[in-house]
Amino acid sequence: MAQSNHDFIERKVGWLIVFTLMTVSIGGLVEIVPLFHMKSTTTPVEGLKPYDPVRLVGRDIYIREGCYNCHSQMIRPFRAETERYGHYSVAGEYVYDHPFQWGSKRTGPDLHRVGGRYSDQWHRIHLLNPRDVVPESNMPAFPWLDRPAKIDDIEAKMTALRKVGVPYSDEEIQGARKALEGKTELEAVIAYLQGLGTALNAGKPAAPAVAAAAPAPAEAAAAPAPAAPEKQ
Amino acid sequence: MADFVSGFWNAWVMVLVFLSIGFCVFVLISNTTKRTSGPVGLHDHVWDETLQEYNNPLPRWWMYMFWITIIFAITYLTLYPGFGNNQGKLGWSSAGQWEAEQKAAAEKYGPIFAKYRGMDLNAVATDKEANAMGHRMFLTYCAQCHGADAKGAKGFPNLTDNDWLYGGEPETIKTTILEGRQGMMPPFGPALGADGVKDVANYVRSLSGLANDSLRAQRGKEIFTQNCVACHGPEAKGTPAVGAPNLTDKTWLYGSSEATIIETVTHGRTNRMPAWKDFLGEDKVHLLAGYVLSLSKNAAAPAEEKK
Repeated sequence: MAQSNHDFIERKVGWLIVFTLMTVSIGGLVEIVPLFHMKSTTTPVEGLKPYDPVRLVGRDIYIREGCYNCHSQMIRPFRAETERYGHYSVAGEYVYDHPFQWGSKRTGPDLHRVGGRYSDQWHRIHLLNPRDVVPESNMPAFPWLDRPAKIDDIEAKMTALRKVGVPYSDEEIQGARKALEGKTELEAVIAYLQGLGTALNAGKPAAPAVAAAAPAPAEAAAAPAPAAPEKQ
Repeated sequence: MADFVSGFWNAWVMVLVFLSIGFCVFVLISNTTKRTSGPVGLHDHVWDETLQEYNNPLPRWWMYMFWITIIFAITYLTLYPGFGNNQGKLGWSSAGQWEAEQKAAAEKYGPIFAKYRGMDLNAVATDKEANAMGHRMFLTYCAQCHGADAKGAKGFPNLTDNDWLYGGEPETIKTTILEGRQGMMPPFGPALGADGVKDVANYVRSLSGLANDSLRAQRGKEIFTQNCVACHGPEAKGTPAVGAPNLTDKTWLYGSSEATIIETVTHGRTNRMPAWKDFLGEDKVHLLAGYVLSLSKNAAAPAEEKK
């Protein structure tokens, strides 16, 4: 019996493909599909909000510049990681990430709890030339970020995200362009970074997130002018 | 942790896992029973005119390995989570493992932290072991802004020069680390105009004996008295309570060139030291404060010797 089955699979390439696909898909059906139906992976953590337009644009710049090639956004539940980065990441923090930026390699540090860790000014200097603040750094400089952010496709982006389940309201989408007016790419990336991983702590009083949000408007106003001489 | 939205997915995983393992067992058994003695036959499949393949049974060592993987799978699914909602006999979870790690660390390092926690900061600052611990933490948490040598950078204070924006008393340093600081100098560009700003910049330079245009400095003094004394004080010696720097010493956070001072006065400065209380906790901050205190103490000592 086994002999004839063997011959059948070996000689009929079409059936070989069908059986191979069936076998391979079992793993996905058992390990991946059920994850779409788990509360802990589909329910946002308390306090998690969809990215506001500025952060959303910053996030797209993060992806465009390939930050995920060197930075992960996934703190594993090991003491060595939580001592350095903060509370380990939980699935509910990523529900509005399409796609998530977990990354797979750390040439630089993990960024999942970088929000509030440094001042906006530090990020500004560091992104334009990392070695101005961290002489040992091997991160590339991103001097071109100090230019106006592209905003004409923001409504389309937000509408697309709404289709995959991010709860943007009509008002938010209509007001997006206004929120982005005059923002540079640098400011957008910094806003994105300063919001990373802060939702999990949002319930606690005096969380770094609160302090991080405060200086943004004041600095944003003065940003374009003082940024340039910083490069000297 | 499996918290499926419905019991269907629990059953789904269980059935598929059960069928997969069952299928592996079936394939193995169906191949094992075929083993016969005598000469090995050939497959009737021919390649390249003469090439044929023996129809050998699967090697025994390979079969045993396959059985071992099946036993491993069943054992694993019994002990660890994976079989639907089944938590496994060991009750293992990644969060639980992390908590155990934290607990073990707290037991190991807790007494050391407790020992220093009870010590006065001045004593911590002179303790060799405490400083070694503080140094390691400084490199992890603080060096990104203040530098590996703690000498800071433009906009990030030097911690070794015994000059303090918010005060250098041991408890003040600890408060700074715990609660963070929010430094803000408002922009004066619009109010003073380009000329006014330049005048004031020249006056500020004159305060610490730097080259300046005395005529402008004269005019700048008046502007300073009207606009700047509220924070920097009538003698420009600063106000640590609000983090307004002393302008008469030779320490500059952003730089002392006329251009930099003009930039500072025109656009103002916003600076923030993050709060570390929630993340590091008081035990670690206590050691860090001791270490930071030791930096300027150690720096001050050789400087005095030189004098």
